[in-house]
Amino acid sequence: MENEKNHIIPYKTFLYVLAGLIALTLTSVTLTQISLGTMTVVIALVIAAIKSSFVLSIFMHLKFENKMFSRAVIGVITLLCAVIIITLLDYLNR
Amino acid sequence: MSTILVTHRDDLASKTGMWLFLFTEMLLFGGLFIVYSVYRYRNPIAFHQAAQELSVFIGTINTIILLISSTTIAMSITALQKKNKKLALLLLGTTIILGLAFLVNKYFEWGEHFKEHIYPGSAVLALRGHGDVLFYGLYFFMTGLHALHIIVGLVFIIVIAVSIIRNNINSDSYVLLENSGLYWHLVDLIWIFLFPLFYLIT
Amino acid sequence: MISQNNNVEPSYLDYKGKYKGIFSWILSTDHKRIALLYLFSLLTFFATGATLGLLMKFELIAPGKTIMTAQTYNAFFTLHGIIMIFAVVIPGLPAVFGNFLLPIMIGAKDVAFPRLNLLSWYFYVIGVTLVLISQFTGQGPPDTGWTFYAPYSFRTTGNMLPAVFGAFVLGFSSILTGLNFLVTIHRMRAPGMTWLKMPLFPWTLYATGWVQLLATPIIGITLLMIIAERTLHIGFFDPTLGGDPLLYQHLFWTYSHPAVYIMILPAMGAISEIIPTFCHKTIFGYKFIVASSIAIAFVGYFIWGHHMFTSGMSGTALYTFSLLTFIVAIPSAIKVFNWIATMHKASIDLQTPFYWAVGFLFVFMIGGFSGLILGSLATDIHLHNTHFVVAHFHFIVFGGTGFAFFGAMHYWYPKITGKMYDSRWANIGLIIFFTGFITLYGEMFFLGMKGMPRRYYDYDEIFHAGNIISSLGAMVMYFGLAVIIINLVASLKNGRKAPSDPWGGKTLEWTIPSPPPVENFEEIPIITKGPYNYK
Repeated sequence: MENEKNHIIPYKTFLYVLAGLIALTLTSVTLTQISLGTMTVVIALVIAAIKSSFVLSIFMHLKFENKMFSRAVIGVITLLCAVIIITLLDYLNR
Repeated sequence: MSTILVTHRDDLASKTGMWLFLFTEMLLFGGLFIVYSVYRYRNPIAFHQAAQELSVFIGTINTIILLISSTTIAMSITALQKKNKKLALLLLGTTIILGLAFLVNKYFEWGEHFKEHIYPGSAVLALRGHGDVLFYGLYFFMTGLHALHIIVGLVFIIVIAVSIIRNNINSDSYVLLENSGLYWHLVDLIWIFLFPLFYLIT
Repeated sequence: MISQNNNVEPSYLDYKGKYKGIFSWILSTDHKRIALLYLFSLLTFFATGATLGLLMKFELIAPGKTIMTAQTYNAFFTLHGIIMIFAVVIPGLPAVFGNFLLPIMIGAKDVAFPRLNLLSWYFYVIGVTLVLISQFTGQGPPDTGWTFYAPYSFRTTGNMLPAVFGAFVLGFSSILTGLNFLVTIHRMRAPGMTWLKMPLFPWTLYATGWVQLLATPIIGITLLMIIAERTLHIGFFDPTLGGDPLLYQHLFWTYSHPAVYIMILPAMGAISEIIPTFCHKTIFGYKFIVASSIAIAFVGYFIWGHHMFTSGMSGTALYTFSLLTFIVAIPSAIKVFNWIATMHKASIDLQTPFYWAVGFLFVFMIGGFSGLILGSLATDIHLHNTHFVVAHFHFIVFGGTGFAFFGAMHYWYPKITGKMYDSRWANIGLIIFFTGFITLYGEMFFLGMKGMPRRYYDYDEIFHAGNIISSLGAMVMYFGLAVIIINLVASLKNGRKAPSDPWGGKTLEWTIPSPPPVENFEEIPIITKGPYNYK
């Protein structure tokens, strides 16, 4: 497991990712100013998810770690979504 | 005669432990996202209108502040790996300043609301109706809990910075710096979702 | 280096380290000492909770006021529940036997984070202390039941804040223990011990660890919301402010249902250790037991609504939760089949731990079947909030976790203490306890079916006879408990010295001295075979 320790991410990579994240942020701000009905929330959340995947894979190093970590992260997020959906099963049908 | 306990340093165990802790934080905030989902579903118009009272400008600035701070702390790991102690500390210092800037912004934002007597339990808020009560209840609770985590994160980073100054964390042993980065990124991730859910759902 | 003479390393009990006296215990990061710290505090809290329960049964022996007022009764069942759930059965097997045995059973010297382990115990003690403080300060003890349902929990004048916050702190203890065990199992198994060569008790601790980690934060945040409701009137669960009390129930049970799997999975793991040992036969269907443990932990996350069938959920939610609840019974049944199949044609050594395991099977199945009756919508309508439910969860939690705990106590007693207990008194205690248990809780099924509500201080005369039977059962059970505990304590002094392997067990703990040395192993073993490899 020594390999991960020596993997160094170049500064430039981080700066490119930052540029992308800021661009995505500004995009979501702009898009949500337009009235798109229920799609507004969906778009905002999709962009948030894309931003998150960059933070997780590059900043948090998941791309370069043992696959076990990414799988666990996906598992936890899936679990949370499942609980939210099941809870809404109650509220949507009352 | 007793055996000598040889402690092998296990960085992967340390990192795994940190990730597991992050999962608990995700579920902690997750509970609040459950509450948000339910009440947004039940009060769509009130949430929509109350969101317009928040300043998208400050929210965007704060989002970008946290994104930059995530970049700087990530870069500080590269710096330390490259044995550039000074740059690492500079980057950590920047992260801390950005985190404080976020808190200052939050302080003013909340202050504006308090001036208008909008806070959990206020009579003014109650008069505005259920949707508003729930929106602002969630707003203050979630951004408040988030701000608390920023404070904890800043303390963590300061402790790590001191360790770096003392060379206890260095290019051969830096898992604690990585762990503080992971924690900080999580705080950023939470905000990445809080921002659209409170500021952009107009 | 290890000396070659017979003066082997001191046991963990005799070890003289940095600290003296009591500090050598409460500042120790040795997983074995921490396990005993948990055992001592847990048994103290269990005795408190059990006494509360006994007093409740004295009150219920006759209708109307017997020995306490209605308000006191409410406070009693609240505290009884909080202590038994949060301070006894949830920490229970993981904190005591997990801490003691996990590193040894996987061939490690300690857990991954020993200091965090000690911190978990501190959180445990602080949490329970806060809960107990709620009894003596403020405007009266909490009276909401351990479930803290909104809106009463934020309207009552009872002293909720210390109790709710205490439960919150206890959550940290649970989370950190789970985290520690997960990393320990991932990183510290002995060379050659692949996942499928790991014994079943560690496997269940692994599945449990995930539940502790991922479910507990939900109740953490929910309790914080109750505190916010009480102090800030935030409105999340207050219908006058737009909140939905039912959402509280959703959040509460989203943790508290997985919590019962925290209680039962390690219990099933302990039973899975005891049965092969006394059958001198490898466990039947090892892989199925592993898979079913994971399945229980997973499916158990999605069935919380079965606690809320009569609360006002939508029809869709009702059907979904009922269906999923039935599904989770399947992996549990698989385990029962495997345990019984292990016993088939085995040459069984009838010892106290085995009797506890057989008792476990009996009461766990009754608890489980009664759970299916409750999981079925049509029957639940009549039985919800009656004593049928009380009987169900006592059979499955006290019967399940409790019997496994006592079984584990006797099974690993020689290893932990270095002494053998008196098996005659152990068996006598078990029989008395079991008789009382079945009477006390079995009668509750009938009381519930007849319609006696739970958490009621008073009742109609038609329930009187049943209550007399049940309350007498409580006294017998309590007496049996006393015999069991006194025997174990007395055997500390009078018991004969225990060998490394009194039972013929095949897992790693039986290869080291009783009691173990501080670092468990002179040399970390190299594993070549799976566990339970009997001829």
